[in-house]
Amino acid sequence: MVESNEKSDKTPKLSIKDLSIFYGKEKVLSNVSFDIFENEIFGIIGPANSGKTSFLRILNRMDTFVPEMRFEGEVVFDGKNIMEWRNLYALRRSIGVVFPLPVGLPMSIYENVALSPRLRGIRSKGELDSIVERCLRRAALWDEVKDRLNVLGSLLSGGQQQRLTIARALSQEPKMLLLDEFSIAVDPVTTMKIEDALKDLRNEMTIILVTNLVQQARRLANRTAFFLMGEFIEEGNTEDFFTGNVQDPRTRQYVQGRFG
Amino acid sequence: MTPKPLKNTSDTLDFAWYLDKAVEKLVFLGGISGIIFIVGIFIFVFKEGLGFIIANMDIAEFFGNPAWRPTSDEPTYGALALIAGTASVTGLAVLTAVPFSIGSAIYISEFSTGRTQEFLKILIELLAAIPSVVWGFIGLSIMNPLIIDLFNVPIGLNVLNAGVILGLMAAPIMTTIAEDALKAVPDQYREAAEALGATKWQVTFNVVLPAAKKGLMSAVLLGVGRGFGETMAVLMASGHSIHLPTSPFDSVRALTATIAAELGETAIGSEHYRALFTLGILLFIVTFFINLTADIIVRGKGDR
Ligand SMILES: Nc1ncnc2c1ncn2[C@@H]1O[C@H](COP(=O)(O)OP(=O)(O)OP(=O)(O)O)[C@@H](O)[C@H]1O
Ligand SMILES: [Mg+2]
Repeated sequence: MVESNEKSDKTPKLSIKDLSIFYGKEKVLSNVSFDIFENEIFGIIGPANSGKTSFLRILNRMDTFVPEMRFEGEVVFDGKNIMEWRNLYALRRSIGVVFPLPVGLPMSIYENVALSPRLRGIRSKGELDSIVERCLRRAALWDEVKDRLNVLGSLLSGGQQQRLTIARALSQEPKMLLLDEFSIAVDPVTTMKIEDALKDLRNEMTIILVTNLVQQARRLANRTAFFLMGEFIEEGNTEDFFTGNVQDPRTRQYVQGRFG
Repeated sequence: MTPKPLKNTSDTLDFAWYLDKAVEKLVFLGGISGIIFIVGIFIFVFKEGLGFIIANMDIAEFFGNPAWRPTSDEPTYGALALIAGTASVTGLAVLTAVPFSIGSAIYISEFSTGRTQEFLKILIELLAAIPSVVWGFIGLSIMNPLIIDLFNVPIGLNVLNAGVILGLMAAPIMTTIAEDALKAVPDQYREAAEALGATKWQVTFNVVLPAAKKGLMSAVLLGVGRGFGETMAVLMASGHSIHLPTSPFDSVRALTATIAAELGETAIGSEHYRALFTLGILLFIVTFFINLTADIIVRGKGDR
């Protein structure tokens, strides 16, 4: 496995050891181990059904929605094993998630972004206004919606809704942001806008980017991991993936587009 | 040279086409006969009641006089006490039923899982199937002595008794409808909100309940409609005496109970008989408006 030497002196933000994920008896991902550091975008690539979404679900304990889902191994976030966090909600608050298909909550644009701060106890209108504006700006949506913050979030276009969910995730003030194939329902122009926004966000948090566009990983990710059919193949500097400097021939084949 | 026209061979009427047409006709027949029955009932009630309204009714007396004395030598047909009886019992029933049913709907839909959830759903359906005469019986034999003991009043058949009984009776149906409304809220919303770090209760209160508010409101209204039209349990638990209620411990008489108790003893076509049908029209109109409101709320595009 490629060790990223220049990072090894820092303590990882997220540390994963021997993680395996199961639905009932079926194992859908096995033996994942790697560390992710602050201020990096970590890409995860792999074909359909390779276990990428399942992996993200574990990180903020969204496995609780699927009764038969469980995992083995160790996931340490922010210095604490995620199973040992006493306040599950605090863990989730510090990890923002963006789903493949945008889920606008059935409320106004403003309320979508203000919900999480409100739940944290922020009441002042001025403070909420400024949080909403800041998050929408950082998600590259502010200019398009600033005059209609009170319309239903679900009335926005698909690409706008996706940026709304990014703004909503940012309103949690997360330390880590998980993006699951965010560009699946988004046009190329919007995709580029979001990608630019992510490059800026990298300076403030840790980002995990699941994508099945290998070129997107190349554009954004500092390091990348490759999952294949429930197997963790390898992890390394993204550039190495594209210069063919990899351990496993299957990685090279996938990156070069010669794969099933 | 003009090209030879194509000969179409695919446009044939096959079995599936005929079946579709036949089923369409059959369903139409079923639907239309249902409507005909309803309209028939409507016409029958109105024909009888309307005669009274035109010939004998004094609107001011009907809505303003509490004295319902159809059998006295100088009959008066004041429905005010009956209307007040029905309104007070229904109002108390709603106050009783709403917290119970919305609460249990939330618990069943949002907090319980697996077997507990299944068990509770079946239980609620069983409760909804209890015949009203059984509720009336509970009102007579359990609530009555209980109220007398607890509040030290001479009689326990009153607004309180009937209201609570009716509330308990309407609660299972309200629960079922409210639970359907909550279940109709997509799980994605719950997931998205929980991913934000919202607690279960925050998700319920801030996302699920607002998203389901129309369904919940119509659940309450249908419960009200149910209480309004209920006869047997109210007849047994309310004391059935004509009173303008001033406290929950007053006995009252409901519109429905009046019709049920008196209709058998009147001569068909008599003034009294027709007056009872007028009460029927009143019930009909109010129930109709309650259901209509519920319907408008459900369909309404009232989102901001
Ligand atoms: N709720 C579930 N119950 C049972 N099996 C599941 C469930 N969700 C996912 N799986 C299985 O887990 C495996 C991995 O799925 P996952 O969604 O993690 O893949 P993915 O890499 O995200 O795929 P895609 O690129 O298509 O999104 C699949 O074989 C899938 O069938
Ligand atoms: Mg996926």
